[in-house]
Amino acid sequence: MQVDEATVRRIARLARIKISDAEAKGLETELSGILDWVKQLDEVDTANVEPMTRVVAHQLKMRDDVVTDGEIADQVTANAPLAEDNFFVVPKVVE
Amino acid sequence: MTDLTKLTMAEARDGLAKKTFTALELTDAFLGAIEKANPALNAYVLPTPDHARVQAKDSDKRIASGKARPLEGLPIGNKDLFCTRGIRTTACSKILGEFSPTYESTVGQNLWDAGAVMLGKLNNDEFAMGSSNETSAFGNVVSPWRRKGKDGKLATDKLVPGGSSGGSSAAVAASLCLAATATDTGGSIRQPAALTGTVGIKPTYGRCSRWGIVAFASSLDQAGPIAKTVRDSAIMLKAMASHDPKDTTSVDAPVPDYEAVLGKGVKGLRVGIPREYRVEGMSPEIQKLWDEGIAWLKSAGATIHDISLPHTKYALPAYYIVAPAECSSNLARYDGMRYGIRVNGGNLIDTYENTRAEGFGKEVRRRILIGTYVLSAGYYDAYYLKAQKVRTLIKRDFDEAWNKVDVVLTPTTPSPAFAFGEKTGDPLAMYLEDIFTVTVNMAGLPGMSVPGGLSSEGTPLGLQLIGKPFDEETLFRTAQVIEDAAGRLPVPEAWWMKG
Repeated sequence: MQVDEATVRRIARLARIKISDAEAKGLETELSGILDWVKQLDEVDTANVEPMTRVVAHQLKMRDDVVTDGEIADQVTANAPLAEDNFFVVPKVVE
Repeated sequence: MTDLTKLTMAEARDGLAKKTFTALELTDAFLGAIEKANPALNAYVLPTPDHARVQAKDSDKRIASGKARPLEGLPIGNKDLFCTRGIRTTACSKILGEFSPTYESTVGQNLWDAGAVMLGKLNNDEFAMGSSNETSAFGNVVSPWRRKGKDGKLATDKLVPGGSSGGSSAAVAASLCLAATATDTGGSIRQPAALTGTVGIKPTYGRCSRWGIVAFASSLDQAGPIAKTVRDSAIMLKAMASHDPKDTTSVDAPVPDYEAVLGKGVKGLRVGIPREYRVEGMSPEIQKLWDEGIAWLKSAGATIHDISLPHTKYALPAYYIVAPAECSSNLARYDGMRYGIRVNGGNLIDTYENTRAEGFGKEVRRRILIGTYVLSAGYYDAYYLKAQKVRTLIKRDFDEAWNKVDVVLTPTTPSPAFAFGEKTGDPLAMYLEDIFTVTVNMAGLPGMSVPGGLSSEGTPLGLQLIGKPFDEETLFRTAQVIEDAAGRLPVPEAWWMKG
């Protein structure tokens, strides 16, 4: 599996991580190596196998549909890089 | 007075009960040791002496009034992956900056409710991604262990304490806490325990709540303790485990008294030896250690059975699809808007990209990119779904083994502790560190590492026990037999205290 530079850049954009030209080059080789290595899973016949979704079968619990917290806007915004009056302050999104 | 930091957790508990010393004296002994040792070992990223003394004084009051709780006054370290109310929590990543949670992890809360004292936050690989504690934004943790040179003296090259719970393993081995919290996604409790001569248990997935623990790969992550002895790890797990309505994957089952089973022995117990774990290139001393473990259990009355776990070799490649996929999804939340650092750019996307490029370290970025790739349009079936199907087969291997045996014995790691930089050049070489531990996470089973002996270099080696779902009790009583036979492995010389 050869990952080319364009793919590395596309993936980095999807992941919202800026990469330099030098990094893109290095990542081509590293990602190709790792993806080649995981390709050995193709040897395994999984035709009639269900994907694993949980370790031990157990019924998911339902809880009453009631509000259990809230009124803690100050706590929610306490760690924001920028906040004002319990609002997150973010870069302009809409012109 | 004897050095209180050298006590086991069980001994310290006895000493407090008999009022031989106070919780404050015990806590101060550890705080003093941390101050001296931390410049050399870097096990703690944030010691919390004031917080610890407040808790210790409260414990002394409770002990005096006869209201001691199970862990009253016992000082422990807390991995920096566990959120602590009002105390900086970073997952050892730059991206969280000075993040100060407004809540406590459930596992942490359980420990404080049981009376434990927190000495500080412990170093780990960034977001728990690593096997050597070399990816932490706070720098490497140095193992208290050193190789023995040909002249019989300790060599000076620095060894890794394992990872990702490297701060936890180093702190316990160097007597900088009685025990520590840790987490294990692919071996991050058991591998560092093995490399430092300590005991570590990753319980069954669902035994401990994941609430308030910084997420790495949610279908694999599980909390557990690293401690000096099997008994201490039993004391810790009993306190940490609970059903938690805030984590729907935590299981509503009673938590047994693990200490009560320690003396039960292994007479009649069926121990499985999986032939697929005799991997190519395994060092002869690891083979020897494994044979010794088999002999100890046999002479204690267990029966030994060859078993086959045919999909073992696919566990690691499947893990390196599942874990990065879940990590890329979990770490999408670090966008510089709601918490942590923000690095401004020309527009919103630039700001996201700058923040994440600057905030995440190299290994974390690599795993996010792999995860993003395998989850991207058109690849989901070929990678993630395929890996989840392979997981079913890995689990099925174990389900069949449980018809024949009660517990499985393997080595914990393929080789002894290594020096810094020895495996950082090639990500695949580092990933192989987890070859014996990762199957356990993939199948969701409980796994435990217990010291088995020393390598030819004079460094510790661990044996791993794998159990049936929610049968941690069998692991504890089997581990106790191994500990009784192998003896504990204390660090030979406290070189780091000499300044």
